[in-house]
Amino acid sequence: MQIKTYHSINETLYTETLPNGLIIRVMPKPDFNRTFAVFATDYGGADRRFSLGSDWIDTPAGIAHYLEHKMFDMPDGNAMNLLAANGASPNAFTSSDITAYYFESTKLFRENLKILLNFVSTPYFTEESVEKERGIIGQEIGMYDDSPDFQIFIRMMEALYRNSPVRSSVAGTVESIAQITAQDLYNCHKAFYAPSNMALSVVGNVDPELVVETALKLLPSEKAPKPIVDYGEPEPMLPVTKYTEIEMEVSAPQFMLGAKVQPELWGMPRLHQRHVGGLAMHSLFGRSSKFFTTLYSKNILSNDFDIDFDYAADTATLFLNGQSQNPEAVLDAVLAAADEVRRNGLDEKRFNRVKNATLGSLLFALEDFDNMAVNLAHSAFYGYNTLDTHTPEADVTVDECAKFIAENLTEEKLAMSVIKPAVQVL
Amino acid sequence: MCAMENSAGFGGNLKDEEQHMTLIRNEIMPDVWLTCVTTDKFKTGCLSVNMITQLQRETASLNALIPQVLRRGCRSLPDMESFAGRLDDLYGACISPAVRKIGELQVIGLVSDFVDSRFVPAESLFDDILELTAEVLLRPAMEKGRFVDAYVESEKEKQLDRLRGRINDKRSYAMQRIIECMCTYEDFAVSRLGDEASTESITAESLTQQYYQLLESSPMEIFYVGSRDFETLESKLCEVLKDLPRGEPDYDIGTDIRMNSVDPEPRYFTEELNVTQGKLSLGFRLGEIMDDPDYAALYVMNALYGGAVTSKLFMNVREKLSLCYYASSMVDVNKGIMLVSSGIEFDKYDEALNEILTQLKAVQTGDFTDDELSSARRAVAAELRTYVDSVGDLEHYWLSRNLRGETNDPMELSRMVDAVTREDVVNAASSIVLDAVYFLKGNGEEENEDEEE
Repeated sequence: MQIKTYHSINETLYTETLPNGLIIRVMPKPDFNRTFAVFATDYGGADRRFSLGSDWIDTPAGIAHYLEHKMFDMPDGNAMNLLAANGASPNAFTSSDITAYYFESTKLFRENLKILLNFVSTPYFTEESVEKERGIIGQEIGMYDDSPDFQIFIRMMEALYRNSPVRSSVAGTVESIAQITAQDLYNCHKAFYAPSNMALSVVGNVDPELVVETALKLLPSEKAPKPIVDYGEPEPMLPVTKYTEIEMEVSAPQFMLGAKVQPELWGMPRLHQRHVGGLAMHSLFGRSSKFFTTLYSKNILSNDFDIDFDYAADTATLFLNGQSQNPEAVLDAVLAAADEVRRNGLDEKRFNRVKNATLGSLLFALEDFDNMAVNLAHSAFYGYNTLDTHTPEADVTVDECAKFIAENLTEEKLAMSVIKPAVQVL
Repeated sequence: MCAMENSAGFGGNLKDEEQHMTLIRNEIMPDVWLTCVTTDKFKTGCLSVNMITQLQRETASLNALIPQVLRRGCRSLPDMESFAGRLDDLYGACISPAVRKIGELQVIGLVSDFVDSRFVPAESLFDDILELTAEVLLRPAMEKGRFVDAYVESEKEKQLDRLRGRINDKRSYAMQRIIECMCTYEDFAVSRLGDEASTESITAESLTQQYYQLLESSPMEIFYVGSRDFETLESKLCEVLKDLPRGEPDYDIGTDIRMNSVDPEPRYFTEELNVTQGKLSLGFRLGEIMDDPDYAALYVMNALYGGAVTSKLFMNVREKLSLCYYASSMVDVNKGIMLVSSGIEFDKYDEALNEILTQLKAVQTGDFTDDELSSARRAVAAELRTYVDSVGDLEHYWLSRNLRGETNDPMELSRMVDAVTREDVVNAASSIVLDAVYFLKGNGEEENEDEEE
């Protein structure tokens, strides 16, 4: 087992790669009651076209999520109930990149971990149970149809991306999931749920040896080949459409601005780029920025304003979203702020302040076991480790951030998605 | 004053029930209570300063706006840019307005979250946070003796946006509507932010007046969790709050817990909006058992009925009958009510409503297995045990406990939950009565969309 200690934050990470290819990461927190464990596969909503060496297999949008819903079924009952009966809170999610199964528990950790490893590696589907789930997932899709947050995001992705599967909802559509069969689910499980394509991470009151020992004992020992995934033609850096708008039952206009970024795909360069993007965006648009405070005072922005820099399926995207009576004015201000950086660089004094604030937010993030564990597992699939942010090598300079802004926030790269309030007929 | 658990120190052992924390609660100034949880286990700390007042239609919007305006600037940092910049310097500390509704009490406060100075090169960080929080509370930026007009107007707009924006999330909107429908004759129907009309009528003058009134007459609850001890905190707080005006406190505050439904028969409400999924909410009174509530039993009863993934609502209404995407229940022990929230297809209304009530009957008649009971107990107990692992959960836990005058810490309460019996659960559910039903359905317009591109 590899042990790495991060002195500045007083944390230690234990890492092991099993002979079957499974990556295990454990961060012990002996003073706490709870333990959060996540067992994740490098398989998400965007992984729709894949090969195990010979033929290419195409699958419908929503299949990874469908599989997630059905994984809890076991020949002798439901894993969700087994975990819940032990007082654990189990759940799962599917993103574009990964499917993660997890639980949080305060007692019976070893038993719960066994259940988790067991059910995720045991496919058990019948045509009848797969059929029944269609209605439940259909309802979930209906909920997304009514969600302004979801609609604004998915329309943004459609505006930005030409071919990438990140354009589609992870849950798919009622039509795309209509034909999914038990056999399809078995095929996808076989391709993507081998330990060589998975990671297990645990944060909490736990002994790392116990985690490794349990995984060794329970999971298959042979190393299966990793599937190859095809995300289609390389994406041009410009958006497909610069503006998209719909009406929904919302109280005020919602906006989202987005721009594609050429992603670093692997390892420390990826971690570094993530950090550069985050710092750059917060320096320019964060709560203490001239941009935000000015627009807030003019009532063009409210506290409902978020900045994100996300990676998914070989794409990287910058987002600015919130509520505004005047989305065009926000766009103009974003462009003006970026132009200012192109002319004069980033204010170094301000940059250093934001760097301090970022150090603080990284410490806050360490209190959040759920996110820590998920990020540790997720980053394992991209050859880095989120905790390495706390090493000197991860340091970011003001010039790197200025360059990032200058390159990525340009008039031709930015697209906007807007939701306007539907005119109410009373 | 009660000590939650005294520990000699903290160490690296793995025993799971040692909490390594001390809790002390005492009155540090007239009607100013400090609850201090001292522990080394976190990397961050939290300080919240809360003014307790009655939730009323006339004052709710005013009160809610106060901390928003306070956060716009104080005397030494009179605008957002200097204020937010100072927080960046303090390693990303946050001082956030907090407006909470706990029963029929409106709790108006500032919550400061900050990193522990053990992890950053800033020795005075803790003192700086305390001073800044006190300054924001006591010395706001003012002009001509009242709040800055521009700040009041701008925050008013934002409060109006928030009030109007509640319709955006249909799930929580349906929960808000069931409360408004059920408690229409009670203060509980008032939202924590008040309403649009009274927000619109606020002026810098009226807000400043209410601010001084609140500051002077509200009992105050201060909560701290972090590595400092009670004595350090008490002396520092008394120093930074020495200008806090203390008038005649308003002791006549509390929650009216009504035992009966408004009418003998349940009342039904339906609303139409352009939505694709229906929302069905039910409102119940917990009834006579609120005379002497057994909180542990109530939590277990709720988990068994609809609060946990092993619950009757989840297992039957969602899993077995596929009647909805979600169905869950929550109890509000502060007000003595239970709410059920579900998302359904429009034509499943009768079936879903019927099944939700059938499952409640099952709980009331003891028609549940020992496994269901033990799963519910374990779910509640496990959740309580995690409260001591989170700065935010501890803050919220103790604030509502203190307002109810309860002293059980989360670990004690989790042990009480472990001891809840079948009879306790049946008894906790025995006096529950349905008061109101709210249904949000579509208006048949959604087909017109999806054109575009």
